[in-house]
Amino acid sequence: MKLQQLSLFLENRPGRLGAPLEAIAKEGINILTLSLADTAQFGILRLIVREWDKAKQVLEDAGWVVNLTEVVAVDVLDRPGGLAEALAVLEGAGLNIEYMYAFSLRRGDKAILIFRFEDPDRAIAVLLEKGLHVVDGDELLSVVSC
Amino acid sequence: MAAQTHEAHRQTEHRIWDADAETLPRDGIEALQLERLRELVTRVARVPFYRDHFAHREIGPHSIRSLADVRRLPLTTKDDLRRQHPFGFLAVPRKALARIHGSSGTTGRPTFVAYTARDLETWSNLCARFLVAGGLRPEHTAQVAFGYGLFTGGFGLHYGIERVGAAIIPAAAGNTRRQIEIMRDLDPEVLICTPSYALTIADSARELGIDPRSLPIRFGHFGGEPWTEDMRREIEDQLDIAAFNNYGLSEVIGPGVSGECPERTGMHIQEDHFLVECLDPETLEPVPEGEPGELVISTLTREAMPLIRYRTRDIARLYREPCACGRRTARMSRVTGRTDDMLIIRGVNVFPSQIEEALLRVEGTTPHYLIEVSRPGTLDEVHVKVEIRPEIFSDRMDRMQALCERISREINTVAGIRAHVDLVEPRSIERFVGKAKRVLDRRNLGE
Repeated sequence: MKLQQLSLFLENRPGRLGAPLEAIAKEGINILTLSLADTAQFGILRLIVREWDKAKQVLEDAGWVVNLTEVVAVDVLDRPGGLAEALAVLEGAGLNIEYMYAFSLRRGDKAILIFRFEDPDRAIAVLLEKGLHVVDGDELLSVVSC
Repeated sequence: MAAQTHEAHRQTEHRIWDADAETLPRDGIEALQLERLRELVTRVARVPFYRDHFAHREIGPHSIRSLADVRRLPLTTKDDLRRQHPFGFLAVPRKALARIHGSSGTTGRPTFVAYTARDLETWSNLCARFLVAGGLRPEHTAQVAFGYGLFTGGFGLHYGIERVGAAIIPAAAGNTRRQIEIMRDLDPEVLICTPSYALTIADSARELGIDPRSLPIRFGHFGGEPWTEDMRREIEDQLDIAAFNNYGLSEVIGPGVSGECPERTGMHIQEDHFLVECLDPETLEPVPEGEPGELVISTLTREAMPLIRYRTRDIARLYREPCACGRRTARMSRVTGRTDDMLIIRGVNVFPSQIEEALLRVEGTTPHYLIEVSRPGTLDEVHVKVEIRPEIFSDRMDRMQALCERISREINTVAGIRAHVDLVEPRSIERFVGKAKRVLDRRNLGE
């Protein structure tokens, strides 16, 4: 049920974001979604890609420090309040979110939320119990590709 | 304008605090030095470090027949002092001490410097000499913006001013706005601080909408860090004052080893208290007069911690021709470099090895780092660049920021300075074959 997220360290200066994205594009690896956290001095680029192991190799060979993290994808209805409802469930269960980001699908009525939990296994159990839909890797690929 | 200020300052009545000592003819100075050097050799025999060395080589006062014989005596280094931490170099009983100061050391703990009551008396008098040479008079008020503490700057200058009979405002270092308020309220004519802090005061005044040239300060004695003639012009121009340089180091006494007279053609060395050699740091042979070399100092009159031929690691030039001011003492140029890798950051002595020690406390940060020192405005800034590695990288921003803060805290603990920690991408720091270059000093502190 968990997804593999790649994180890499970037200095916060012009042109630094483009280089790793080009490196994986050249290998024909498609990025499903990404998020960027930054300070004035550096940034952390987080990527969900189709072939994470290949992408990791490509990036590491090119010299980036890449870190692999398990994240959880949840789909919610793409309408006002969709995210808030999901968050209320997590809060009620006392699950701590390290960070999250979202993307909406081009087609369909769903938005996908990516969560980084301290304890992803427990988070998945709670989400399922509360009736939320946890999207696994294959499913994510199929909905994004359609 | 600054040039005029200095000219006006120069034309104020020229005074010499300790005329008997400061205007001795060369042969008189050298005869006194020889006599005191012999006494010093006798005195340091109470220190095991020297006693062992002397016994081994049959050295005693009889070995010193001329000043040149000083070269038969051993050199003393900072490492020697550190190995005898804290009081192995004491030449008097502990109960005879009147004060203890300290200087920073590579291990993070200071090396201590001890004084007897008579050492303090001498020290005040030496500071009074250069203060008076630079224009201090009993009717003046001096604001001391040096740190008061283990650092010798604050207390050394404080008691020197007191000795002259001038009024002291012990404002101590920091809180620049408050310094400016004090100046405007109390009208001190004299400012005592590091040269870079003088420029910070000028900057801060402008930020407050105050013309720094309108401040009451007329002249200043600046030391504690290396500076340049360009910086002197800046200080004089921005504050409309005359700026004087002085030199000293805590191991031998603190400020008061030498200082400028109104001629400002080098700093007069207080040769009745210090025998200063200028040596080639490689061969340890004397350099020709006027050539740059490492200053090596024997403390002719120190009681508590007398040192023989202490290697200062400071590079400067020595001149012995007479000065128009009437003093006959040798003069030294500004310090133009170091023979070791010590950096002086806002007046704090820092060794790159201290930064390395701090990084070693944080796993995964040491293989590739670079210490960058700059002076973007008036104050020194240190950036420690650390290459990111898998073992210290996290996808969580809070962890990354905590890492930077932890490194910064360790550096502060070990080296006593605030450093910016810049995490950088892998392989962005230049690789060297052999000894890595760990320091990039962008300040231009040469002559």
